This record gives sequence, C-alpha cells and structure tokens, in this order.
Amino acid sequence: MPNTSSSKKHCQDQPQLSGPIPKSHMAKSEENKKNSGKKLKDVEISVPIVYGNIAFWLGKKASEYQSHKWTIYVRGASNEDLGVIIKRVVFQLHSSFNNPMRVVDAPPFELSEAGWGEFEIAITLYFHSDVCDKPLNLYHHLKLYPEDENSSMSTKKPVVVELYDEIVFPDPSEAFLARVQNHPAVHLPRLPAGLTLPPPIPVEDASKRRKGDTKDNPLSQWFLNFSEADELLQLAAARQQVQAHISKLKRQISLIEGQHKQLKSSDQ
Amino acid sequence: MDAKDILGLHKNSFPSSLEKKSRPPKESHRKPDGISREVYALTGGMPPLMPSIHSSQLKKKPPPPEKVTWQWLPFTNSARKDDLHLYHWVRVVNGVLPTGDYSFAKYNKSVDIIKYTDEEYEKYLTDPMWTKEETNELFDLCERFDLRFVVIADRFPSSRTVEELKDRYYSVLRAILLARAASSGDVATHPVIKDPYNVSQEMERKRALSMVLSQTRQQEKRDEEVLIEAKRIAELRMASKVTEQSQLVVASNADAEVTEGAVPGETITPSNVQLTPFTDNASTLASLRMLRVYLRTYALDQMVQASNSSAGVRTIKRVEQTLQDLGVNLKPRVPTKAVCAEHLELRKEILTWLNLQKQVQYKEAEGSSFRDGSYSEPPGTPKDRTFTLDSINFGVSSERVVKKDQKRKAHGTPPTAAHKRPRKQKASDF
Repeated sequence: MPNTSSSKKHCQDQPQLSGPIPKSHMAKSEENKKNSGKKLKDVEISVPIVYGNIAFWLGKKASEYQSHKWTIYVRGASNEDLGVIIKRVVFQLHSSFNNPMRVVDAPPFELSEAGWGEFEIAITLYFHSDVCDKPLNLYHHLKLYPEDENSSMSTKKPVVVELYDEIVFPDPSEAFLARVQNHPAVHLPRLPAGLTLPPPIPVEDASKRRKGDTKDNPLSQWFLNFSEADELLQLAAARQQVQAHISKLKRQISLIEGQHKQLKSSDQ
Repeated sequence: MDAKDILGLHKNSFPSSLEKKSRPPKESHRKPDGISREVYALTGGMPPLMPSIHSSQLKKKPPPPEKVTWQWLPFTNSARKDDLHLYHWVRVVNGVLPTGDYSFAKYNKSVDIIKYTDEEYEKYLTDPMWTKEETNELFDLCERFDLRFVVIADRFPSSRTVEELKDRYYSVLRAILLARAASSGDVATHPVIKDPYNVSQEMERKRALSMVLSQTRQQEKRDEEVLIEAKRIAELRMASKVTEQSQLVVASNADAEVTEGAVPGETITPSNVQLTPFTDNASTLASLRMLRVYLRTYALDQMVQASNSSAGVRTIKRVEQTLQDLGVNLKPRVPTKAVCAEHLELRKEILTWLNLQKQVQYKEAEGSSFRDGSYSEPPGTPKDRTFTLDSINFGVSSERVVKKDQKRKAHGTPPTAAHKRPRKQKASDF
C-alpha cells in the first residue's frame, strides 16, 4: 500500500486491514499529525437516513382493533439502498402485537402492520461486520391520527411522519471505506491526500443491487423532501442578524467606556 | 305490611314483583315459620338470596359431642431397638384407644451405607493412605451418623480432615459400585459416578469461602474502594486519552489504592481531571469519536449541552427564545453536518450577544453613579439605546434603561432591578 508517512493514521504497517483501528494507535498517530504539521481531517463517514411511518385509515374496512394500516421504515435520504451498510433492522413493536420483535433482513427496511394504537417503536440497526459491530437505536412514535383533530380522516391521504438523521461513523475501517467509496447512499468527505484505497469490489449481481433502494417503492409518492439548503439559508440569515447586533453592542460599549473615562478625568 | 299499608305502597309493589317470577308474591303473603313476621319484614318481605339456615334447623338440638377421656398408658417405639416401655397420656375417644405406631417413629430415617466384604476390599479398595481398620471404622461411623461428616470427623480416632474422609468414602463407594455393576452403563447415571468428589477443588473452595467470610469490615471497604477507583480510572482513561493534554500528573490517591494490581503497569490517568466529560467542546468531540457509531442528532444534542453547561437555566431559555424569534428551529429539521455546525455557531453567537447585553447594562449602571447631577448628556445617547426596541425585545431591563434616561429630568422613575447599586437621588441635591 503506497502511502506517505503523514497518513500513518490508517496503520499501513499492518499487512491486513482488519476492523477499526485500535485506540492506542489512534492517539499516537494524532501526535504524529501534530508533529508533521500537516492537518489531516479525520475521515468520517455519514449515511443520511430518513425514518418514520405512513398510516392509512381503513375507512369502511376498519374494525375495532384494526383501524389503520401502517408501515414503519428506514430509508436512505435520497432513496438509495441502505443494504450496503445495514445488515438488518429490528423493529420492536408494542407487546400487544404477537411476535413484537420483527426482524427485517434485507432492504427495503420496512414493516407493515394493522392496528389502532399509537406507541413508541424501538428501531435497532445492525450493521455489517466490517462497518460496525455495535448496533444503533432509533425511536419513533407511531402516528396514525392527523395532527389536526378536526380534519376528517380519508382513506386516500395517509398520515406521514418522517424524520431526517445521519448515521455517523467517526472512525471507519479501511475495508469499509474501500467498499463504499463510490456508493450513492454514503457521504464521504474528501479523503486525505496520499491515501489510496483499493477499488471497490463490484457487486456480482447488478440487478440485485437495484432492489434495495426505495426509489420505486409504492409508498415513495408520500416521501417527504429534506433539503439542507433551506435550513442553511435560515441559519445564515439568523447569524447575520445576531452578528449585526453584536457589533452594535460592541460599539456602544466602547462609547460608554469612552464617556466614563471622560467623566473620571473631569472629576480629577 | 303495616308500613306498606300506611304508605299506600302495597298496591304498587305487587304488580312489579309479579313481572319477575311468580314465586315471590306467593311467599310474601305466606308468613314464613321459624322467624317472626317483623323479622321477615326486615328483609323486605322477600326471602334472602343466599340460602340461610332452615327454620326447622333452629329447633333441632346440636349433635351429641364425643366423650373424650385421657388415660395413662404404656407405649413402645418401633424406632428403638431395645424393648423399652414408657408411659404417657393418651387421648381416648368414646372408649376407643388410638391405634398405630408411636407417632414419632416415622422420623427415624437413616442412610443406607453399603457394606463391602473382605474380598471386595482386597480386590478394589486397598489404598496406601488408608488401612483396612480405618476404612471399616469410617464406614461404621458413617452408618451411625448418617453421613454427617463433620460429626464423623470429630469422632474419628485418628485425625483426618473432613475432606479426606469424604474422599475416602466416595472413592470406596465409587469403586464398589463400578465393581458390582453388571456393566458400566448401568451406574453411569449414579451421582457418585457422574460427578466424582474432587478433593483439591473442595479444599480450595472452602478456603476461598472462609477467606471471604473472615474479611474484616475494613478490608471490605478497601476492596470496594479499589474497585470503584479502578472503574473510574478506566473511564477517565477512555475520556482523556484522546484529549490533547500532555501534562498529566498521576494523582497520589490513584497510586496508593491500586496496590492490589487492579490496573497494573498502564498509564494511570489522574483523578484530578474533571469527571464530567461534557464541560468542554473538545472533550465532547473526543467522547463522540470514542463511539463506534452515533446519530447526528445525538452529536448535536451533546454539543448543545456542552455549550449550555456554562450558562444558567434562564440564559438557556433566552437563547431558545431568541432562536424562535429568529425563525430558526430549535432542533434542525435537516440535521446534516453543515447544518449542525451552523446551528452550533449560531447558538454561540447568541450567547455572546446576551453577554454583551448584560455588559452594556452593567456599564450603564456604573455610568449612572458617575453622573452626579450632570444632566448634560449628549442628546444622541438615548437614540442609541432605543435600538433594542426595534428588533427583539430582550429583557425588560433594557427598556427600563431607556426610560430611565429619558425621564431623568422628570425624576419620577423608581430604581430598576437591573442596577446593582441602589440608585442615588441626584436631583434632590439641587
């Protein structure tokens, strides 16, 4: 593996690329970082996801115990296939469901059920072994009834609640990096100079790869859009305002201080 | 009945009860025997739901009791081997003596100890450590004392430990069983065969147990302290290993306590590093990096908490109010890396702004105490101070500052809460 000394971080001494780098090595390599003077940004992999539920009122077909048909799911934020990172997802439902622990082994990671009640669902994401050996927990409160109590429920328009979040792997292994470097579901920052990764192993069956994404999912028409642009604009505008206030106050303070000095000197 | 007549209810109740079963009306007319009429009327003129004692039963006499006498009689105990006759009081019922054995005889249980022949001894049971006499003695005692080895050890002529006796007994038993069994499979399920007695293990176990039992309270306390310290050190090591502090001094406490070797030979992080890891942005980042995986919202939350930790509850509320007024979501709807970074920066800037506001108020309070009777303020100053009214109305005190200056000459404003020093009545001097 040809590498410069400045990127010792990824332990090129080791012949084989196994799992996450041991923490003691990490500390040493940080010192190296400082000594060498070159600023290496940590490689952090983030996977944007959207999770939530869609619930349809069953209308005439509703019974006392099954008034809604709902689907809870975890999808890629841009509807890409999460199967490259996630091995399986476990949805823990309310104990009144039989087999409340539902396991979904393959993407799309979704679960459909019928019921009448709203409750918290614990979603546990299990990753592939080269990604992370610890699972990650999400919690989602299942919503069946519309926010506005007065609005009538329709069987055509479902109640949709989606939340955006990102899964962050602060210290990914090289194997993981190599495997996902060009995958659309994964956000990689710019890799530090000098670090070369082996080319990703192409997936044998390209058609299989297609199936895991949610672009053609029957529910995709209800998916919400999450664009960071709006939020960034909002934040930028707010920051500008606050900064303006800050400079005004600073000017004022210096003014007052000036006046105080005058007064003091005039007293004497 | 009389009451009903008086109240005139009688006619009403009759048809309603007719609707139910036909029985009740009949019975209410008929006076039941056994209890007087008034008492029956107390139940509402209806028979009670639960079957009560039949009136005829009340006239009967109770059954004649048994005749019990006590007699002083001899008895024998089948548990005894001698023919001892003792006497005791016996309860005799209607002239009939109780039958059966002495009631306590059934508690005389004993263990079946095997008996080996001399032949068997020669063939299977010889042992360099044990003589035949000793073994025989052992087995005799086992029989007598039902395998209570503590007692047997006490009675044993030569001094042998309980473990030795047990060992000998069980190995003899094992050997005999194996020898007598038709095939090894027959006895394979016998506990002695399946889990043989292990002397060394037993001795070790008892030693450890006695050690634990005999620990003095001081020792217990020290052990606990060591464990807690070791745990804390392990956690600290995790947190501070990644922070960029190179001048770590090993605390003396840590050294002294860890003599047991709980954390041998590794760099012990100091206990003077603050235990709360989230007081500092750098340490929050460090601890986040320690996680293998986390959610962006979680990370943001931690960072927000870290920045809030240095501020009071009121300040935090003011920050949140400002965010709302600026039209920013308290929790970003699309928490990407960039959005979270901007959000945090914004929060920091708001905190700075609030601090500056406080500074301004303080400075002005200082200023008011300087200006003894000097009304010659440049007219421009009040204008500067009204800026706070345009934008966000932050804190009532800033408004009051404005009012105070404008009404100075009118001398009517009460002292505001914002001033730290009591407001001196300057105008009265003139």
